[in-house]
Amino acid sequence: MSAAPILSVRDLRVGFATEGGLLQAVDKVSFDLAPGEVLAIVGESGSGKSVTAQTMIGLTRSKNARIEGSVKLDGEELLDADDATMRRLRGEKIGMVFQDPMTSFNPVYRLGAQIVEAIRAHQEDVGKDQARRRVVELFESVGIPNAERRIDDYPHEFSGGMRQRAMIAMALALEPEVLIADEPTTALDVTIQAQILHLLEDLNRERGLATILITHDLGVVAEVADRVLVMYAGRVVEEGTLDEIFYDPQHPYTWGLMGSLTRLDRPRPHRLPQIAGSPPSLLDLPQGCPFRPRCPHEFSKCTEYPALEARLPDAPDHRDRCWLNPDQKREKRQVEGQIGLEAPEGVPRG
Amino acid sequence: MLRFIARRLVGMVLVLFVVSLIVFLIFNVIPNSPPAQRLAGKNATPTLVKSIEEEWGFDESLPKQYVTMMKKVFTGELIQYSPRVPVDDRIKEGIPATLSLSIGAGIIWLAFGLLLGYLAAIRAGGWLDRTLTGVAVAGISIPVFLLAPVLIYFLTYKLEIFPNGGYVGWTEDPWEWLQHMILPWFTLAVLSIGFYSRVLRSNMLDVMNEDYVRTARAKGLSERKVMSRHVLRNSLIPITTLFGLDFGATIAGTAIITEVLFNIEGIGLYAAESIGKLELPPIMGITLYGAFFVVFINALVDIAYAYLDPRVRLGSTAR
Repeated sequence: MSAAPILSVRDLRVGFATEGGLLQAVDKVSFDLAPGEVLAIVGESGSGKSVTAQTMIGLTRSKNARIEGSVKLDGEELLDADDATMRRLRGEKIGMVFQDPMTSFNPVYRLGAQIVEAIRAHQEDVGKDQARRRVVELFESVGIPNAERRIDDYPHEFSGGMRQRAMIAMALALEPEVLIADEPTTALDVTIQAQILHLLEDLNRERGLATILITHDLGVVAEVADRVLVMYAGRVVEEGTLDEIFYDPQHPYTWGLMGSLTRLDRPRPHRLPQIAGSPPSLLDLPQGCPFRPRCPHEFSKCTEYPALEARLPDAPDHRDRCWLNPDQKREKRQVEGQIGLEAPEGVPRG
Repeated sequence: MLRFIARRLVGMVLVLFVVSLIVFLIFNVIPNSPPAQRLAGKNATPTLVKSIEEEWGFDESLPKQYVTMMKKVFTGELIQYSPRVPVDDRIKEGIPATLSLSIGAGIIWLAFGLLLGYLAAIRAGGWLDRTLTGVAVAGISIPVFLLAPVLIYFLTYKLEIFPNGGYVGWTEDPWEWLQHMILPWFTLAVLSIGFYSRVLRSNMLDVMNEDYVRTARAKGLSERKVMSRHVLRNSLIPITTLFGLDFGATIAGTAIITEVLFNIEGIGLYAAESIGKLELPPIMGITLYGAFFVVFINALVDIAYAYLDPRVRLGSTAR
């Protein structure tokens, strides 16, 4: 990634004071995002991916939230920005697409009006008619047919896929530089998922939009991501380029995620593999590596918390948090026999 | 939308028909004594009873009796027998006072209920919220028959701010009308102010967790706009239903106590007097009048509901 990052997150920590103590939802997450790049953040529910994204745009601010670290957009620090500044940035610099298009629009207002509202919240001098024309153009650009007529429909008159397109149109209304898509395809049919992903990909390419794609679906990741951040229990356990993560995953948790993908090019397993156990309570993390209790390869060193660092000599940007050495990893991974895609030619791995 | 309204009005007529049937059954059929005797009142002469029996056709079949009764109700021939006064006239006389009282109280409880509920919700958990909760619970807990005498005692006898009960038509003297109405309005509204503020507060706290509120924030709306345009707007939908039911019930019955306490010559006071003297025709007439208002206002509310929540307008969309 040669381009200068537009968004730079350093050691982001987000905790929430609860009755059971401080819940560390996000712990020391760092990443950079360049214009035109798609960064996927992957993990199970509760791994801290949505909290990370919402913290960046100030939506997790509250009396009970403890936020530390640094989030810089174009060099401007967001974590100490006042509420008015954050409000201006939301929508204008950072657009956000949410998971469930069924519930993410207000049911009592027309879709067009909801997008006009977003435009006029930032650009007061834009007249209603002018804003409406912009919405029609936006609807056309995200592939909603009969845009002129459909902007006066209510959300319940749209199908799920169309609604998600409208959501994307809204996120793009003010031509933001960063788009955060939080599980944008999770609530959609598989066929619609592909359409929405391709739409996001096109927008990303055409507009040079820096995109953060939050998902638990590695199929989605494989489709569009440039780089991948794998999160577990609020921490990044592995990061690298798409190829590095898919062809040479280093962390047993990533292997588990890969293993639970359904594969059309392999014999159908008797049961879909899964990662045994469930994620630890964030209020009561195990000592050392948080994945330890579920990890089949745990050994004595694992009670020490591993740093996120490059452990492969030839891949300085491929970092992970696992004590196993690379040779052991490749060996154990192969024993499981279900990891990774077949490396295409020219990728010297595994 | 027109189809929706038409459908709702047909429904309204059907409900009123059923209500009238029930009233007929309760007053004329179910009691185990000659209906003419009861209609005539306490000290009726045998001749009066006899004439009532003929007039109402109590020797005929039940459907015929029902038709006779409805004819009387609709043509204004329903009369009370001691003294002989058409029930219709008395109800018409009472309507301005009762509507003044109910509508004024309705506006007050809605305005204050929503204001206090809104403030409590946006300051949820803070001292303002806790104070308002206390006030609301107090308002809900104080019975009207206690509140009214206390208000009358202090504000009318001691401080002499307000006149002592009675009703002045607002066409006669608007200022006097207002002065006479303020205490009854607040007396009638206090319970509902407390109740509505609680309901709105909890509705708003629910709506605040909706995804679309997060969307509204994510697109950079100011907190005030998020609250008023998205949270409050959507929280008002259930309030509308509640208001329809309560307002109808107020006109049709709840106002009785307040009218008696403040000596306001409305329909409530007439109902209370008639019940005291066991006069059936007025009670019958007032029951039907009340049912009409409850049903009519609920039809209005349903129409308002369709305006407030586009998902309700099923008839107007293609589905």
